[in-house]
Amino acid sequence: MQDTLINIHNLSKHYSIGGGQFSALKNVDLKINAGDFMGLVGPSGSGKTTLLNVIGALDSPSEGSVEVLKLKIENISAKQAAKLRKEKLGFIFQTYNLLPVYNVYENIEFPLLLLQLSSTQRKDLVMQALEWVGLLDKVKSKPAQLSGGECQRVAIARAMVKKPQVVLADEPTANLDARNSHNILQTMEKLNQLLGTTFIFATHDAKVIGYLKRKVTLIDGRVEEDITLPPRGPQC
Amino acid sequence: MLIFKLAYRNIKGAGIRTWLNVVVLSLAFVLIIFSQGMIDGMNEQIITTMQDTEIGGGQYWHHLFDPYDQFTIEDGHGELPVKLQELVNKRLATPMLWVPGSIFPDRRVQAVVLKGIDVDQTIIQLPSDKLKINDKNIIPALIGTRMAKQTKLKIGDFVTARWRDKDGTFDATDVKIVHIMSTLAPRMDSQQIWLPISTLRQMIDGKGHATVLTLKKDIGPVPIVDKWIHRDLNYLLKEIRALIKSKRVSTLIFYGILFGMGLLAIFDTQVLAIFHRKKEIGTLMALGMGRWSVISLFTLEGSLHGVLAYLLGAIYGVPLLVYTSTTGIPLPEITDEMGIAMGSTLYTRYGIPVLLATMLILFLTVVFISFLPTKSIVKLKPTDALRGKMA
Ligand SMILES: Nc1ncnc2c1ncn2[C@@H]1O[C@H](COP(=O)(O)OP(=O)(O)OP(=O)(O)O)[C@@H](O)[C@H]1O
Ligand SMILES: [Mg+2]
Repeated sequence: MQDTLINIHNLSKHYSIGGGQFSALKNVDLKINAGDFMGLVGPSGSGKTTLLNVIGALDSPSEGSVEVLKLKIENISAKQAAKLRKEKLGFIFQTYNLLPVYNVYENIEFPLLLLQLSSTQRKDLVMQALEWVGLLDKVKSKPAQLSGGECQRVAIARAMVKKPQVVLADEPTANLDARNSHNILQTMEKLNQLLGTTFIFATHDAKVIGYLKRKVTLIDGRVEEDITLPPRGPQC
Repeated sequence: MLIFKLAYRNIKGAGIRTWLNVVVLSLAFVLIIFSQGMIDGMNEQIITTMQDTEIGGGQYWHHLFDPYDQFTIEDGHGELPVKLQELVNKRLATPMLWVPGSIFPDRRVQAVVLKGIDVDQTIIQLPSDKLKINDKNIIPALIGTRMAKQTKLKIGDFVTARWRDKDGTFDATDVKIVHIMSTLAPRMDSQQIWLPISTLRQMIDGKGHATVLTLKKDIGPVPIVDKWIHRDLNYLLKEIRALIKSKRVSTLIFYGILFGMGLLAIFDTQVLAIFHRKKEIGTLMALGMGRWSVISLFTLEGSLHGVLAYLLGAIYGVPLLVYTSTTGIPLPEITDEMGIAMGSTLYTRYGIPVLLATMLILFLTVVFISFLPTKSIVKLKPTDALRGKMA
């Protein structure tokens, strides 16, 4: 049996809008194991981002319990949450969220600065991440000088540079061409195999779905389907 | 260290707005420090000048003498008691005799104070030795440049002086202007005419009389005597110190407003930065930066304006401060008209403890102002911040 890394039990998330209430997640039950390579799929507004945010301790559950790496998200302090994100999680945002005054190198370096790694360690890791996403020639560019796809690749490199235990990836390929998508997905798959990194995607992208080991479908905030996918055949 | 590095990166990337703030703030810093130095320099200079030219190390006043009342000047003199005469003999003090009177330059009449001074005195800076002449038939008189201008008297002119004698009847004589002195002290110049004290004593038939006894600078303890009131420096400088103080307050208010504008600019920048950078704040938190680290980062960014302002201020401020404290600032005539004696050049003075304290207080104010707007970060939810929404 594999370790349960993330254990979600009866999770609901409500937002108050106007006078009423809106439930973005309804009674979600989900166990995610170490080394999973899974995707949350579903139509727009079905709650994928919301679920990733709760797992990443950016948002708190309204009901139910969420345990991430043995920490109960519903009880966690802001400080513990920050520590968890800093040390164990990597985020890829739907909207990239690069730091505008930093160049590509500095953006990718940022999580390593938070971890207080030495400058040689940082340099090695950043260079490796730049290689994964194929951006070695844009090291000095500022986000404003990059295309959407390039921004997305920087965001991916930033999430993976510290080789976190879990990567939460929200539509990581939305702006990438097929070649870049496959390159990056293959890198992720390699990290998953070599280091046991757990990947949780939120995606509509068939290319991503093709790589998944497990697919969870959300509809209107509910888990509609949870299936394990057969391993892919060898690439030719 | 990380926070410093990040703050530096951010502020470097922020461009023109940073520099505007820094320029305004550095102006305020430099002007506040400069004006402090100017007022301290003025203070010091006025007081030394006043001591050198007027009040020495303090005075004794005849008990009936009140400089603000013309009528008392007439009676406000008397013989010096033995103890004070001893000070004069030891050259630790010099007597002056004040007699109200009039002169008639050009057939006009002008009220003056006839002042007698010891021709050999060295207690105050007044060229009383010019009153030493050999001709027994001439009464020598000394006036200042301001007085010469008022009366159009020149060296060599004779002018009729009139005064009341002991019995209250008018008496008159001609005096000869032997020298026109330029003195820093208007109060030793305007509307007065200096004569040898021995002559003036004869004129009023007051042997050994004096109105004021001026003590040597830095004289030690002095005796208490009957009918003569010791006026120490605190008393004699009271008015001028009050004037300087009010000047200091008004100057500091003026530069305080400038500083306030600098602070407002920083406050505004901070509020705006936090508003515009919601998404960035959310990202920092999502990447694992703690709330307080984010707050420190923004506070530090704001405070760096203060640091840069000091660096920029040092570039033009240090030469300015050094120049004005060594070469000095030429003063317009206006201080003379105000009746303040301080010379034609003002040298600024900076006390190191005052300087450091001022710099520290100004800097801490900048830090506080930078911190204030960051409080809203505490209430910010990471998910809202990530989307760039207001809390
Ligand atoms: N802070 C909020 N306040 C109110 N409603 C919210 C808030 N955040 C999300 N929602 C709502 O919750 C629902 C789920 O949003 P979520 O962003 O999780 O969808 P999603 O599955 O990621 O969609 P997409 O594929 O378009 O990214 C949406 O209907 C959204 O309007
Ligand atoms: Mg989404």
